[in-house]
Amino acid sequence: MTDTPDISPIRTAVSKNLGARYRAELRFRAAGLAAVAAAVGILVILLSSIVSGGLPAFTVNELELTVDLDEELVDPSGERSEDSLRRGSYSRVLQNAIRTEFPEVTGRRELRNLFSLYTALNATRLMDEVLEDPGLIGTQHRFTMPLADDLDLYLKGLLVEERSFQPQGTLSLEPSDAGVVVRSTATDFRDLAAEIARTLRARATLLETEADRLTERAQELSGTEAEDMLYDADLNRRQAADIRARLEIDAGPIELDNSLPSILVESEGRTVRLASLARNGAGGTGEYLLGGDSVEAENAWSIQVIDTPVERRRVSDQLIVWTRALEERGAISSTFNTYLFANADSREPELAGVKGALYGSILTMIITIIISVPIGVFTALYLEEYAPKNRFTALIEVNINNLAAVPSIVFGLLGLAVFINAFGLPRSAPLVGGLVLSLMTLPTVIIATRAALKAVPQSIRQAALAVGASRTQTVFHHVLPLAAPGILTGAIIGLAQAMGETAPLLMIGMVAFIADAPTLGLEGFTEPATVMPVQIFLWSDGAERAFEARTAAAILVLLALMIGFNALAIYLRRRFERRW
Amino acid sequence: MTDTSPNPAAELPIKVVARDVTVSYSGKQALHDVSIEIPDRSVTAFIGPSGCGKSTFLRCLNRMNDTIDGAKVGGSLTIDGQEINDKSIDPVVLRASVGMVFQKPNPFPKSIYDNVAYGPRIHGLALTRPELDEIVENALRKAGLWEEVSDRLNHPGTSLSGGQQQRLVIARAIAVNPEVILMDEPCSALDPIATARIEELIDELRENYCIIIVTHSMQQAARVSQQTAFFHMGNLVEYGPTEDIFTNPRDTRTQDYITGRFG
Ligand SMILES: Nc1ncnc2c1ncn2[C@@H]1O[C@H](COP(=O)(O)OP(=O)(O)O)[C@@H](O)[C@H]1O
Ligand SMILES: [Mg+2]
Repeated sequence: MTDTPDISPIRTAVSKNLGARYRAELRFRAAGLAAVAAAVGILVILLSSIVSGGLPAFTVNELELTVDLDEELVDPSGERSEDSLRRGSYSRVLQNAIRTEFPEVTGRRELRNLFSLYTALNATRLMDEVLEDPGLIGTQHRFTMPLADDLDLYLKGLLVEERSFQPQGTLSLEPSDAGVVVRSTATDFRDLAAEIARTLRARATLLETEADRLTERAQELSGTEAEDMLYDADLNRRQAADIRARLEIDAGPIELDNSLPSILVESEGRTVRLASLARNGAGGTGEYLLGGDSVEAENAWSIQVIDTPVERRRVSDQLIVWTRALEERGAISSTFNTYLFANADSREPELAGVKGALYGSILTMIITIIISVPIGVFTALYLEEYAPKNRFTALIEVNINNLAAVPSIVFGLLGLAVFINAFGLPRSAPLVGGLVLSLMTLPTVIIATRAALKAVPQSIRQAALAVGASRTQTVFHHVLPLAAPGILTGAIIGLAQAMGETAPLLMIGMVAFIADAPTLGLEGFTEPATVMPVQIFLWSDGAERAFEARTAAAILVLLALMIGFNALAIYLRRRFERRW
Repeated sequence: MTDTSPNPAAELPIKVVARDVTVSYSGKQALHDVSIEIPDRSVTAFIGPSGCGKSTFLRCLNRMNDTIDGAKVGGSLTIDGQEINDKSIDPVVLRASVGMVFQKPNPFPKSIYDNVAYGPRIHGLALTRPELDEIVENALRKAGLWEEVSDRLNHPGTSLSGGQQQRLVIARAIAVNPEVILMDEPCSALDPIATARIEELIDELRENYCIIIVTHSMQQAARVSQQTAFFHMGNLVEYGPTEDIFTNPRDTRTQDYITGRFG
């Protein structure tokens, strides 16, 4: 009974290619799903990399010191006048404070090194505190400042690879002419010595292989080129031989240099960095980086190994040791990075913040909104509701659509030529930035508004006209309110785009380094400023490692702003949306 | 060529007079020399196949054709003897006295109250809120909607059923106290029960207004109208008392149409 005779030909025809149809549908759905998954995946990767990169910038290690606001230093003329207070030597006050923490540091170079625990710009911050409250003069004041950027990174574990050992034996430290002799009753350094020997051996092998390769290549060539290569090969071989000589059993202790990990021996306020390791693995010689007294049969000690060699990092062992000491004494605490939000840009990453750029963005956006939204909406209203449909309006329409496709940097050039050179408006100012971004946003607003107006059903216009409303009444009483959600969404998307724009603002000088945030007021519009995306651009180019995290953090702030903007768009849309 | 008896209902005063009205859209003529006299306080139905120009002619009567790009209206049209195509007549003033109801109910996306109050508001017909309330109530009563919506005047007009929406739209038109009400296929989007309700309403409104209704349904024309005009390809073919048109059509085209031979 499978072959029913009365089955209609259309049914057979349809069922014949039914399988193919379903397969096509399945393929299409799979492709769509794959596309969505890919998009989500990329987004997740992007976001997680930004978040993980930016998170460290939201905390900062602060150094809290007791500063002696000695009247002679702070108020040279003793009259408590602002002028006098401004001439005070606040950097000396800070230097004195840090010196009391490490009284054993004396040499000029060591002191300079010590003062680089923090940036000298903090002196100005101390001055501001004193200017605000002159009653502090003559007192012992608790002053907090961010630790130097690299040391901050060190404490966050982002600067070096390090590990520490709990040794077996007891420690003795014995100062001598050749440095401190470090000795353990057990062979606590044996593994380290072996490890370093391995590293050196591997390095020698590498040099030798390279030498062989060079020699081989030289045989294929001739003339000076070959001679150079042979010379290099010889050099490599000699270096390899040197290293192997250092590793000979009877060559004495293994010398540690800047290309090898640093080995620090720490015990109760003393730190010794080893300069050489004894073969027997029971000690070595070194120098004090902290403290300086001898020790006998000490139990409480540890070995700290900084695997990143000195020549491959920006901070010396000395600074790391001082930082660890300060942390141990409780002078350093990790807190939320208020500098990131309370400060404008700075040359020093630890003091740099987004406030200036944020204010600049706000001021620029205000101008953009004031200019582009009303002009854009009224242009669209006129074109859509009033203008006769003729060649002239068609031409305008085509031009507006083309304007939306113009690269934004062109608007920057236009702004430079017109607003700055012809009108004489100030460079780098939010006013000009806002005008330029308005030019860019205008077509977006116009197109979005026209689309929103087109979406209002014709029957609503007819209804209003039929009860005797004039055209303008029809537009303002009925069409515009119905189009408002669409207009708002379009305008906000246009503005969000403008807020993320960098290129045109580079042209009008909003890319300068500006250490003061513009005033959030009328005069702010003509003050030099920068904006969030430009700040991100500037920081991403910063030489200091600490700017990396701050760049990501600034991106997060900008993203938060964008999400806020879009949430506002959705909220307004919901709020004003009416069904018809 | 049109066979038009000037006044099919001689006992009623004439409200609307058209003389050689022509309409063209972007040069394409859609209406050819239509002349007709429409009496007051009665229902006049326009029938004819799709695209024959019924809506086009209806739109001439409140100058809605002005809002269509490329539409050109010629000839003479008077309401109560006043030329309405005259440049000195403001279409806004005209439309306040000639209401219109469309095929698809098109209430504003506002409350029921605001829908009805919109016309009186923009024309300044009420000075105080109680006055406006009264106008709204009267209009809704005349449209037979008051009983159904009096307790939810602030609900959106779009929340009503299709038939209620159409009556709301009629109330909105009535609220400005027009003399003529134009209806362009007002029931074609409604179910039979809502249609019957509207037809009843039209019959009631006839006492006070000059009603002109375009309809697809010949039964509807027969039921509600006193006069019927048959349009064909932009021409007014035949016009007369509804009974005559349906029982004794003079033109063969009318005959073919009402017997269902084309349409
Ligand atoms: N807005 C318009 N633009 C151009 N042509 C139109 C327009 N409205 C109607 N027409 C044309 O005018 C003729 C009459 O249309 P219409 O009055 O709507 O017919 P009916 O209402 O009798 O079905 C049709 O040929 C139609 O194509
Ligand atoms: Mg029609």
